[in-house]
Amino acid sequence: MPTIIFNRPDNRSERVDASAGDSVMQVATTHGVDEIVAECGGNAMCATCHVYVDEGWIARLAPMSEEEDELLHGVAAERLPNSRLSCQIKITPELDGLVVRLPDRQI
Amino acid sequence: MSASGFTPSAGVPHMDIDPFSIEFFEDPHPAHEVLREAGPVVWFDKWKVYGVARHAEVHAVLNDPLTFCSSRGVGLSDFAKEKAWRPQSIILEADPPEHARTRAVLSRVLSPTVMKQLRGSFVAAAESRVEALLAKGSFDAIADLAEAYPLSVFPDALGLKPEGRENLLPYASLVFNSFGPPNQLRQDAIERSAPHQAYVAEQCQRENLAPGGFGDCIHARADAGDITAAEAPLLVRSLLSAGLDTTVNGIGAAVYCLARFPDQWARLRSDPTLARNAFEEAVRFESPVQTFFRTTTRDVEISGSRIGEGEKILMFLAAANRDPRRWDRPDEYDVTRKTSGHVGYGSGIHMCVGQLVARLEGEAVLSALAKRVSAIEITGPATRRFNNTLRGLESLPVSIKAA
Repeated sequence: MPTIIFNRPDNRSERVDASAGDSVMQVATTHGVDEIVAECGGNAMCATCHVYVDEGWIARLAPMSEEEDELLHGVAAERLPNSRLSCQIKITPELDGLVVRLPDRQI
Repeated sequence: MSASGFTPSAGVPHMDIDPFSIEFFEDPHPAHEVLREAGPVVWFDKWKVYGVARHAEVHAVLNDPLTFCSSRGVGLSDFAKEKAWRPQSIILEADPPEHARTRAVLSRVLSPTVMKQLRGSFVAAAESRVEALLAKGSFDAIADLAEAYPLSVFPDALGLKPEGRENLLPYASLVFNSFGPPNQLRQDAIERSAPHQAYVAEQCQRENLAPGGFGDCIHARADAGDITAAEAPLLVRSLLSAGLDTTVNGIGAAVYCLARFPDQWARLRSDPTLARNAFEEAVRFESPVQTFFRTTTRDVEISGSRIGEGEKILMFLAAANRDPRRWDRPDEYDVTRKTSGHVGYGSGIHMCVGQLVARLEGEAVLSALAKRVSAIEITGPATRRFNNTLRGLESLPVSIKAA
């Protein structure tokens, strides 16, 4: 079972066991990681599941779609080069140990 | 059995409920429970259609647009057999792959980036509306707030001319009634529709849309080659159809919830940053858009029930939003609930493209109320407005006091 590590804005860290096939957003919202809002429920529409992917991991993710790139222009917190929408990151066994940092706001 | 057979597959429970009757609309929740508990798929004898009312099945149907198509209409009428009452929508009533192109245009016009630009003016309009209502003291929360506020921001954001806006709500009501069966509500709406249709067709033309508004931005996508010049007015029409009455009923639902549940109102007042979630929870709890249909494109099995090709399936979004299989305390309005996953805006590729506008309007109104108003009291009978698809009130007399 892959483990995902969420680093919160107050530097607390949360390790969560995830199921392959779920998205990082689903893992967060079903494990009380409240910094992920996910208003649209994972339909790539609202830009409220923004995360900063740890530098060491960013290149190992599937590349983002044009739609995700456009939505990231509208995120509430600052967009950085390692910004992604967590609903668009599908968990695979290779992502065991993935580290993401959570922004301080989504809206 | 095919759609022409008028009988469901073996094992699918028969329902003698009419989900488009006034009696049903008066209080749909007990009937929703009956539908949910009867089975994962049900059959309506009166309209010869299947129905799904549990969250899992509603979500599954919404997220398989190739099997459960929209191009044959998202109402009871099957466009493969009957002519649509108006030119077919090129987004709502379209399937992949064609749908992606028109959808991308509206997604861009109504994107999070655009909402950031609108936020200031939408918030200011909500605050001045609430100040004016405080000065009045007593008012109708539907006409004077749930309708007046969206009418004060959305048509301007779209770029509509001031003249003729009184057609907007009747046109939207017509569109949402048209998804229902050929009952009195639908027939009356279509009979009276000619002037509203003429108004809307006219306003969709480029020369009638102010520069920089949503409508003008849609036409600009035609210049860029994303859509044709003939498609642009039809996409503007989608915003005129679905962009106003939905938020009217969403805001009406939220105010009605907060007026009925003082503990939740107190919670919102103690933390006005809950405004956006309080609105979202009202969309789950009341589901302003109650239902939509899909049509099967092949023989398919849903949770063990076999359904033939060419069958209409009625999805009960409202029942899914209170399915105890999915939600704790589903019949409680809770402003702190984690609402992600509700299907009040649908789900999948057809999920409401204007959801960010709706949330911005809802948040702006509830936030202004939470900051400036100490108490909301219902002072007269709340009366219901009946529509084949939309759930909301006709009138909600209230009085408010300044904080």
